[in-house]
Amino acid sequence: MERRSLPVVIMTCFWGFVGIVMPVILHFSMRNSQNKGVIQLMLMMTAACCYLFWLCAFLFQLNPLIGPQLKTDLIRVLQADWQ
Amino acid sequence: MGTLLRSEEMTLCQLFLQSEGAYTCVSELGELGLVQFRDLNPDVNAFQRKFVNEVRRCDEMERKLRFLEKEIKKDGIPMLDTGDNPDAPAPREMIDLEATFEKLENEMKEVNANSEALKRNFLELTELKHILRKTQTFFDEAELHTQAIHDPSMAEDTMGLLGGEGGASGTSSQIGLSSCFHNRFVAGVILRERIPAFERMLWRVCRGNVFLRQAEIETPLEDPVTGDQVHKSVFIIFFQGEQLKSRVKKICEGFRATLYPCPETPTERREMAIGVMTRIEDLNTVLGQTQDHRHRVLVAAAKNIKVWFIKVRKIKAIYHTLNMFNLDVTQKCLIAECWCPVTDLDRIQQALRRGTEHSGSSVPSILNRMSTKQEPPTYNRNNKFTLAFQEIVDAYGVACYREVNPAPFTIISFPFLFAIMFGDLGHGMIMFLYGLFMVLREKQLTAKKIDNEIWNIFFNGRYVILLMGTFSMYTGLLYNDIYSRSINLFGSSWGSNYDFKALSENSKLQMNPNNSFIGPYPFGIDPIWAMSENKIAVTNSFKMKVSIVFGITQMYFGIVLSLVNNRYFDRRLKIFCEFIPQMIFLTCMFGYLIVLVFYKWTHFTSEMSQEAPNTCCEAMFYAGQKGFQIFLVMVAALCVPWMLLVKPLLERHWYRSGQVRQQQNMSDQLHNNFQHQQLSVQSGDLINQEVYHHGDGGMPPVSGQGPEKEFDFAEEMIHQCIHTIEFCLNCVSHTASYLRLWALSLAHTQLSEVLWGMVLSVALSLNGYLGCVVMLAIFPFWAGCTVIILVLMEGLSAFLHALRLHWVEFQSKFYQGTGYKFQPFSFENLLDYSVEEAK
Repeated sequence: MERRSLPVVIMTCFWGFVGIVMPVILHFSMRNSQNKGVIQLMLMMTAACCYLFWLCAFLFQLNPLIGPQLKTDLIRVLQADWQ
Repeated sequence: MGTLLRSEEMTLCQLFLQSEGAYTCVSELGELGLVQFRDLNPDVNAFQRKFVNEVRRCDEMERKLRFLEKEIKKDGIPMLDTGDNPDAPAPREMIDLEATFEKLENEMKEVNANSEALKRNFLELTELKHILRKTQTFFDEAELHTQAIHDPSMAEDTMGLLGGEGGASGTSSQIGLSSCFHNRFVAGVILRERIPAFERMLWRVCRGNVFLRQAEIETPLEDPVTGDQVHKSVFIIFFQGEQLKSRVKKICEGFRATLYPCPETPTERREMAIGVMTRIEDLNTVLGQTQDHRHRVLVAAAKNIKVWFIKVRKIKAIYHTLNMFNLDVTQKCLIAECWCPVTDLDRIQQALRRGTEHSGSSVPSILNRMSTKQEPPTYNRNNKFTLAFQEIVDAYGVACYREVNPAPFTIISFPFLFAIMFGDLGHGMIMFLYGLFMVLREKQLTAKKIDNEIWNIFFNGRYVILLMGTFSMYTGLLYNDIYSRSINLFGSSWGSNYDFKALSENSKLQMNPNNSFIGPYPFGIDPIWAMSENKIAVTNSFKMKVSIVFGITQMYFGIVLSLVNNRYFDRRLKIFCEFIPQMIFLTCMFGYLIVLVFYKWTHFTSEMSQEAPNTCCEAMFYAGQKGFQIFLVMVAALCVPWMLLVKPLLERHWYRSGQVRQQQNMSDQLHNNFQHQQLSVQSGDLINQEVYHHGDGGMPPVSGQGPEKEFDFAEEMIHQCIHTIEFCLNCVSHTASYLRLWALSLAHTQLSEVLWGMVLSVALSLNGYLGCVVMLAIFPFWAGCTVIILVLMEGLSAFLHALRLHWVEFQSKFYQGTGYKFQPFSFENLLDYSVEEAK
C-alpha cells in the first residue's frame, strides 16, 4: 500500500508547496516588486503543469490492464538482477 | 496580477510648447521615451513642413559623416565607441557641427583628389618602368631574328617561333617582318584578362600583318580610382605602314590599353629607365606624406565620429518630431498631441519642466489630458525575460487596448507543451545547458554585438530555450527517456517468478498484472516498458491521454480568460450568451471525457477487464451511464441555439426600445460633443467626427461610449452564426489538434531510439580493442546526429507546433489581437534602429 500512497503524498506536498505556499510567501516578501505577479503566476502554472503530468503518469500505471511482454532470456536476466 | 496581464492605461494628451522651448522639451521627452506623438498635419507634404530646412541640414551632415565613416573603414582605423550617450545639442550648436563636418569633408576630398592624382602618376610610371624592362627582351629577340635570317642554320627555330604569325607566307615575309622591327612598333599595358580578345581582334583586323608580343607583369598594380589590385600585361606590337598604325591604335584604345612612348635605341631606353626610376622614388615620398596626413585627419575624426552620429541623429529626430506639431494661430507656441501611459504623466511633466528650464524660457509648457474616442495603443511593460514571450504573442497579433495579454501565461505553458513533445532528459539537458550558457554570459555576449541573424534569433530567445530545456528534462524524466534509454531509479514494479520450465518452453512471455505487479512506479513510466515488446502500445495509450488532458485543460483556461475579458469590459451579454454555454458545451463533450479517463485509471482494474474482456471498449463503468451520456449530448445540443440566437435577439429588442429614449437624450448628447470638440485640434480623425455630427444630425450617439453604428440585425445574426459554428467545430478539431503532442512525442522517441539502435549500439556490441576503435569513430557521429537532428531539427518542429497550439488552439478562445503597438518617441530605439540600418 505504501507504494500507492506515499508518492501521491510526497508529490502533492512538493508541488503544493511550489504552487500554493511559495506564491503566498512571495506575496509578503516581494510586496513592492513589479515582477511579483509574473513570478507568482509562473510558480503556480509550473506546479499545475508538472503535477498534472506526473499525476497522469502515476494514475496511468495504477491499475495496469496488460503486463509487459518480454523475451524469456531477458526475464532470466531481470530475475537475477532486479530481485 | 501585476502589470503584464493588461496593457498600460493610456491617455491622449495635448502639449502646448513655447516655440523657443519646444526643441529642448522634445529632446527631454526623447530621452525619456514614454510618449508617442501623433502627426497633426497628415495632409501636409513632407517638403512643406515648418522645419524641413533643419531636417535637410541634418541629412546633409549625416551624409558627410557617412562619407567620413567610409573613409575611416577603408583605412581600417578602429572607431572609438565609448558607449556614452550625449544629450542632443542645442540648435545653435548645429552650426558649429556643420562647420566642423564641412571642413573635414573638404579636407578629405582634397587629400583624396591629390592622392588619386599622385597614384595615377605613380601607376603610369610603374607601367612605363615595366614596359622598358620587358621590351628589352623583345628587342633582344628581334636582334636574334635578324641574325637568324642571315644565318641559315638558325632558320628552323625562327620557323617555329613565328609559325602562328607568318609561317605560311614563307621566308620572304620573314625578311619583311624582321626588317619591320626597326620600322614601327607601339608598346603599352593592358589588363591581363583582355589579352586573348585583344590578340584575336588584332589578327582579324590587320589580317595577320602585325606581330604581337606580350609579357605578364608579376606584381599586381593598384587601380587609383577603385583601389583594387589588378593584374596587367605588357605588350608590344610591330607593324608596317601608316594605315596599320592607325588601326592598331584604335584597337588599343578600344581595349583600354595605355600606350607609352618607347625609344628605339637601347641607350635611349636605358636613360629613360633611369629617369623613370628617380621620378618613382620622388613620387613615393610625396605619396607617403599624403597618406600620413590623411591618416592623421581620419584618426582624429574616428575618435568622435560615433558621438557625432548620435548627436546628428538626435537633432534630426527632434526636428522630425517638431514637424508633426501644429502651429498656434499666434505663432507663439506649438501644439502637439501624444499618447502616454497614465502612470508616467508625472515623469513626463518633470521632463517638460526640465526642458523649459534648459531653454531659459519663462513660460512653462502645458500638458492637458484629452478625452478621445480613438482606441489607444497597446503598451506592455516587458523586461528582458518576458520580452521574448511577448514577441511570440505579438507575432500573431498585438493585443487590443487593455485586453488580457496571453504573454504571462505563455511563459510556462509554451515551454511545457514544447516539453511534452520534446521529452527526453538527455536532449533537454543539451538545450538547458545551451540556454544557461547564453543567460549566464548575457552581458558579455550582448557587448560583443554579434552580427549573425541566426545567432541573434537564438540569443533573443535565450530564456525561452532555458525554460524549454528545463521542462524537457522534467518530462523526459517522467517519460523515462535519456537518449532513448531508461533508468531504474525506484525499482521496477513488475517482478515475476517464472520457473525454469516456463522459461525454457517459451521464447517470450507476457507478465500478468494480477500476480506480478506490486504497485505503480512512483515517478514516471516504469523502466521495464523500455525493454518490453509491447512498449509502443502502452506509451501511445499514455501519451494520447496526456495530450487530450492537457489540451482540454488549456482550452478551458482560454475560455475562462474570455470571462476575465468580458468582465473587465463589462460585456454581460457576452458572459451569459457566450461564456456560459461555451463552458457547458465543452464540459458535456470533453470535460466528461477527461473525467472518464481518470475514472478508468483509478477504478478499472485488470480483474474487471478479465471478467468481460470482449466488452472492454464499450465498458460501462456505472449504472445508468448510457442515459447520462445521452442527457449530456442533449444539453450540449441545447447550448447551440443558446449561443446562436439569444444575443442577436436581445440586442434587437434593446435597440428597438432604446430608440424611443434616444430622442429625449439627443439634445444633451449634442451639447456634450461640442464641448469635446473645443478641446481637440483640427487633426484629421477629429475633423471626420465633426463632419459626422453635422452631417448625421438626426442620428446622435446612443451612449457616452461614442457614436454607435446603426444596428443591423441580419449582419449581427450572420456574425453570431459564424461564431457559434466556429466554436462548436473548433471544440472538436482543436481537441484533435492537441493530439499532435502525442504524435510528435512518439516521433521523437522513435527517432532517438533508431539512432541509438542503428549507430551507437553497433559500437557497444563489439568487444575488445576493436570495440574501442569503432566507438571512437562512431560516437562523434552519433553525438553530431543527436545535436543536429534530434535537438535542433526536432526542437524546431516541436517549437513550431507549440507555437501553433498557442496561436490557434489557445488564443482563439479569448484573444482578439487587433490592436496596435505603442511606439514611443525615444532616442534609444532610434539609435538601435540606425545601428541596424547601417548593417
